[in-house]
Amino acid sequence: MTVAAAEDAKPARPGRLRSRLLTTVLLAPAGLWYLVLLILPLAIVVIFSFGTRAKNGGYSPAFVLDNYARALSKPGPFLDSLWMSAAGTIACLLVGLPLAYFIATRASRRKGLLILLLVVPFWTSFLIRTYAWLLILGPGVGVGTFLGGLVGGGRVDLLGTPFAVLIGLVYGYLPLMVFPLYVTLERMDRTLIEASKDLGAGRWATFRQVTLPVALPGLVTGSILVFIPMMGEYVIPQLLGLGRTYLMGNALVTDFLDARNWPNGSARAVGLILIMLVTVSGYLWFVNRGRKTREVSVL
Amino acid sequence: MEIWFRAHTGLVYLFLYAPILVVVLFAFNDTKGAAARFEGFSIRWFEIALDDPVVLKSLTNSFIVAIPNAILATAFGTMAALGLQRASRGIRTVFEGLTYMSVIVPEIVIALATLVLFATGFDAIESATGIKLKFGYPTIIAAHVLFNTSLVLLLVRARLSGMDRTLAEASEDLFATPWRTFRQITFPLLLPAIVAGFLLSFTFSFDDYVITTFVSGPGSSTLPLFIFGQVRRGVTPETNAVATMILGFTLAMLLVGQAVLMWQARRAGRRGDTGMAAVVGDT
Repeated sequence: MTVAAAEDAKPARPGRLRSRLLTTVLLAPAGLWYLVLLILPLAIVVIFSFGTRAKNGGYSPAFVLDNYARALSKPGPFLDSLWMSAAGTIACLLVGLPLAYFIATRASRRKGLLILLLVVPFWTSFLIRTYAWLLILGPGVGVGTFLGGLVGGGRVDLLGTPFAVLIGLVYGYLPLMVFPLYVTLERMDRTLIEASKDLGAGRWATFRQVTLPVALPGLVTGSILVFIPMMGEYVIPQLLGLGRTYLMGNALVTDFLDARNWPNGSARAVGLILIMLVTVSGYLWFVNRGRKTREVSVL
Repeated sequence: MEIWFRAHTGLVYLFLYAPILVVVLFAFNDTKGAAARFEGFSIRWFEIALDDPVVLKSLTNSFIVAIPNAILATAFGTMAALGLQRASRGIRTVFEGLTYMSVIVPEIVIALATLVLFATGFDAIESATGIKLKFGYPTIIAAHVLFNTSLVLLLVRARLSGMDRTLAEASEDLFATPWRTFRQITFPLLLPAIVAGFLLSFTFSFDDYVITTFVSGPGSSTLPLFIFGQVRRGVTPETNAVATMILGFTLAMLLVGQAVLMWQARRAGRRGDTGMAAVVGDT
């Protein structure tokens, strides 16, 4: 940001027009793409959400609120997505916090390696990593058989249950929780913990009163980073939930493709986007509170 | 306490890698068909996969989509990042908003909205001019470029904001033309972010299922679409063989990218943060 500010402060030089032209040329392709493939499609979705379904599917112009009324009267998939994403976020936090803490404070020389090992799966196909769980949870490899043995019954069939979907969500998005947590914990002043212990605080008190407040920004960022994609997840419930766990993403696909009711789907999509915007605005407010300058690039 | 942390970390990494290893292991399964148990070691399924015309067609399609996408997204994203440095505050705010919007709006919503846009737009064009446009490579590439441009933009901007301006200023003071300053100072410093952006755009496009499935046409379906279709019908060792090859290819790309960046850093006499993980981790 300071770089850009310095740029603004520079006195006008000859060739100002050429400089303007260059700026425009540099921004034009990306700007065109955002206009045609982001703003336009989203604008169409907003417009369609007030329309009615044409006789043979699609959209017919109108101005009605029926689609929103219908979406609100059947909030099932939306609420399921909300619970599932909340559970997934909490699970990521429970798994990710000790991990990030370990890497940041105890791993010393292997820090780089451990972080790299978190990045690598992220580079590999999400689809492949998700369907891999079909092999693990399905018959054969034996997690189900093993669990069944533990509880003393037959096989436990996890596939197609919300639990399988939850595993998939945590598996898919865990690194997004760990990175920001790691960054905040890494920067933490270790003497704070020593001071706390010297003052007679126990482990739990130190964690609650020193570590947790320090990790809070990373914790919030990580939660947002995993919560948002989980809300719109489509592949995981489709594959690991065998279509039985019916989340927002699945409902949208049904609306648009199977029922070909574009206005209905559009209303749901607008609802989902609004939730995202509210969540992210809340997040930005949290990050910027008590600061004079606004900083957007923390995501 | 220490031991619990270690055990937890070990288990998390097992959790992260076990599924990948299971896919690779079952790709080498010596069976006649889909099997739930490992029967022995064989590379038969790799031969079958590489002889399968559907696999080869999907693989070709994946490259036809991913390469132009990566080139366009890298060019657009880098250009925009450089342009934003020169633009007014208002334009910067608008672009920042759009960039985050493209990342925040769920992929499934963008996919379906783009599908509706193309379908509606193609209908309008047909009724106006009589030209019938179809879904295919261009629609997939166009949709992929949107997301990946934002990605490259974020990576290059992160690099730009952390860059030492004094070098570029010194170059200007020594009467270098803006183009020369860019070529000799700015571009080499940005290169790690640009390389990372290119490779990430390629990989994301190569691996994308959600957007591709809704904007592809007949004959343009890519490898992830092939895998998804197979998975819905029941995973076979052939699926795993294809998946293993994709995983191997992606990891090779990661290693090449890392090597390029390290070589570049050594040549420039710099050490430290130039690894790809660092570039990606910065954002």
